[in-house]
Order: sequence, then C-alpha cells, then structure tokens
Amino acid sequence: MSIFENLGLVYALLGAALAVILAGMGSAYGVGIAGQAASGVVTEDPSKFAKVLIIQLLPGTQGIYGLLVAFITLSKIGLLGGSPADLDVRTGLLILIACLPVALVGLVSAKHQGRTAVAAIGIVAKKPEQFGKAMLFPAMVETYAILSLLISILAVTAIQV
Amino acid sequence: MAKNQYTYAVARIRSMEVSLFSQAVIEQLLACKDEKQCIQLLQEKGWGNADTPSDAEAILTCEREKTWAEIGSMIDDMSVFDVLSYPDLFHNLKAAIKVVAAGKEIPGVFINGTQIGPEEMLDIVKNKEFEKLPDFMAEPAREAYETLLHTQDGQLCDIMIDRATLEAVYQAGKNAEDDIIREYAESTVAVADIKIAVRSQKTAKSLEFMKQAMAECDSLDVDALCKAALGGMDAIGEYLEGTVYKGGAQALRESASAFECWCDNQIIETIRPQLYNPFTIGPVVAYVLARENEIKTVRIILTGKQNELPEESIRERVREMYV
Repeated sequence: MSIFENLGLVYALLGAALAVILAGMGSAYGVGIAGQAASGVVTEDPSKFAKVLIIQLLPGTQGIYGLLVAFITLSKIGLLGGSPADLDVRTGLLILIACLPVALVGLVSAKHQGRTAVAAIGIVAKKPEQFGKAMLFPAMVETYAILSLLISILAVTAIQV
Repeated sequence: MAKNQYTYAVARIRSMEVSLFSQAVIEQLLACKDEKQCIQLLQEKGWGNADTPSDAEAILTCEREKTWAEIGSMIDDMSVFDVLSYPDLFHNLKAAIKVVAAGKEIPGVFINGTQIGPEEMLDIVKNKEFEKLPDFMAEPAREAYETLLHTQDGQLCDIMIDRATLEAVYQAGKNAEDDIIREYAESTVAVADIKIAVRSQKTAKSLEFMKQAMAECDSLDVDALCKAALGGMDAIGEYLEGTVYKGGAQALRESASAFECWCDNQIIETIRPQLYNPFTIGPVVAYVLARENEIKTVRIILTGKQNELPEESIRERVREMYV
C-alpha cells in the first residue's frame, strides 16, 4: 500500500497528530511555567498548595481538547476500529483543516494562559482570599480554546467520509 | 535558549513580600516607648534568629544576611546583584586606603560580606597590588591612594572614590540587560549628584569641587546643576523643577530631613512598578532594595529611640515603604 495512494488518509492523520502535538505543546509550556511559579509559592508557604495547584492545571485543558479532536478524527477515519476508510485527497485535506483550529489556538492560548496563571499565582501568594478572582483571569483565556474546540469538532463531524 | 524569566524566584518573592513591613508596622514601631520595646516588637515579627542577641545592630545584621541567603537560594547567577554591592565594595576600598595611610588599625570601619573581603582589600592596598581589583576599581584606587599620600587630603580621596562608585554603578546600569538595573543606576547617580549639589551649596564649595565629585547621567545636566548650586538653594530647586526630579525641589523647600527622605524614596519609586511584574529579575532586585530600605528605616527608628528623639522628629526621617 503506497503512501501516495492513501494521501487522503495521511492528511487526515496529520490533522489528528497536529491537534495532539500543538495543543499538547502549548499545555506542556503553560502547565510547566505555572508549575514553576506554584513551586515558588509552596516553598515559602506550603498551605497554599491546593490553591496554586488548581491554577497551575488550567493551561492543561488545551492538551485534552487536542486529544478529544484527535479521537473523533481517528474514529471518523476508521483507524480506531482497525478498518481505515478509503479517503480521497480532498476529504483528507478537509479533515486536516478541520483539526487546525484546536491545534493552533490550543498552542497559543495555552502559552498565554500559562503566563496569566503565573500572574494569578502571584495574587494568591500575596492575597489568598482573592483566589476566586485570581482564577478568573487565566480562565478567560480558556474561552478561545473552547471556541476553537467547538469549531474543530463541528467541522470534523460534518465532513462526509 | 529562552531568556530566564525567573518565574520560580518571582513567585517566592511574592510570598516573601507579605512579610515586608508596611506603613502600619512602622507606625507600631514609632509608637514604641523606647528602643527595648522596638526590639521586642521586631523579634515578635520574626527579626533576628533564636541565637541573635537582643541588640539592635546584631538584629539588623542578621536580617541583612537572611535576605542574601534567601536570594542566594533562588538565583543561580548572583552577578546581576553586583551593582548593588558596589557602594559597600568602594566603601571598603576607602576604608583600606585610610587604614594604610594612617598606619594603624581602625576597628569597625569595614563592611563584611563584600565580593572582596576586608582583609583581602587591606592586603591589596598595603602591597599596592591594585591590578588585583576589578578593572573599574583599579585605576581610581591607585589615584585615590597616591593623592592621599601626596596631599594628605582625606576629603579629596573620598570624593575620588565616591565618584568612581557612581561611575561604576552607572556603567553597570548601562551594560545591564534588565530595565530595573538600568533604572536603579540612573536614579542612584542622579540622586547622588543632587545630594552633592545641595551639600556643596550649604558648605560653599567651588564649581571645580562639584565637577570633581559628580558623575554624568542621562536625566540630569551636571554642568547646569553645578551652576545652579553656585546660585543658591533656590536655584537648585528651580533647576530640579524642570527635570523628572521636581519632587526634590519641594522636599528642599520643606527641610533637610525631608530632602534626605525624598532621596531614599526615589529608589522606592523606581522599583515600585515591579510589584506588578510576574517575570524577569526585576521583582527580585526590587525585593532586595526594599529590604535594604526597610532595614535602614528600622535603624533610623532605633537610633531615634536610643537618643530619645520625639516621635514626630523620627517620623519625618522615616522612609516610604515598598508594600
């Protein structure tokens, strides 16, 4: 089975891979940088562990969104069931493009959410009673990751295979 | 490799800022009836260690050491703080030159914990091995030493080293990658120049003396400041009104201690934006400067209480707090 004969399937798989790789990279960066800040706060005041952990985890959702879209895509093209669909190049490209919103927005939003989470952890360090407000700032960034997830899911499911 | 964002260090600093003295704590200290009560309050606030004697100087020294130990535990490359240690380093040079020139030991003139220790500095000056000093110190040290030996003019030696200190701080600021160091250096040199102008005016120093003592910086025109100082205190105020240091003109009109206070507050004003900066070395440097300011303020209060100065008189000298 030549790769060129199954270019449609390759494109679709590339879309799923990008959704996982880019969104996952963004989340790894975001959770990582927020983790550094969380460690700094816990070094001085271990009682704030739970609060800073919740904020640290916020940028991790993009990676989950990427995984979700990849699952739907793999299921759509039959790779999960072990019988890959016979995709033409046009359909494969359509699936690839459908995966891009969650991949790209996931990457950028997770990085920014991580940096916002660092600033929010700074609030918790000084004013732990303002935890609720502090959490809202990084949560705002989440909106755009959710919008891109929605579009990717709608697009992938709408494509006829 | 991405530029170090100091995320971990800044988060730790944010937690540590909670223990910095606010204006309210300073008020509590001012309200204490004597030095003993102040020391008791400081100990309740966690100042000093279990084995630190209940002595003002021992507690303040312990707090200074604690700050550097904490910073050392979170920052790998401490060279970024070199600029903050230049005044102490040059102070030790000045002390070593005078000790060598006097030919006798003078106790308590050195500051410990500098990049070049007191004994090493004394050996360098004794053996005239100035090349062992960092480049920015070697030539000024040699010149100051020879000037003192030839003229026996201690003040001239002092202003040569003080000017070299300002130039070293300014150059370090110019070479620094971080904005906070650049702003600190600019502010330090400008405030020192203004102080020189004010003191020279009060002691009727010559234009030549002022030019010898002042260091160039971007935010002040040293020539104009010297000429203003020759014209009187009002002329200095008028000149400052046209610069970013117009608060200094107002403080000069109030009193000498208000002016000294303004000078120190300038540094706090420079670092205050770092309270809202979650990345870079800025908040860490700001914390160190804030601690220095806090220790200085406590020292002023304790000295005031020791000398039984009235509360209002001490209050006038109290510096602005960072938090």
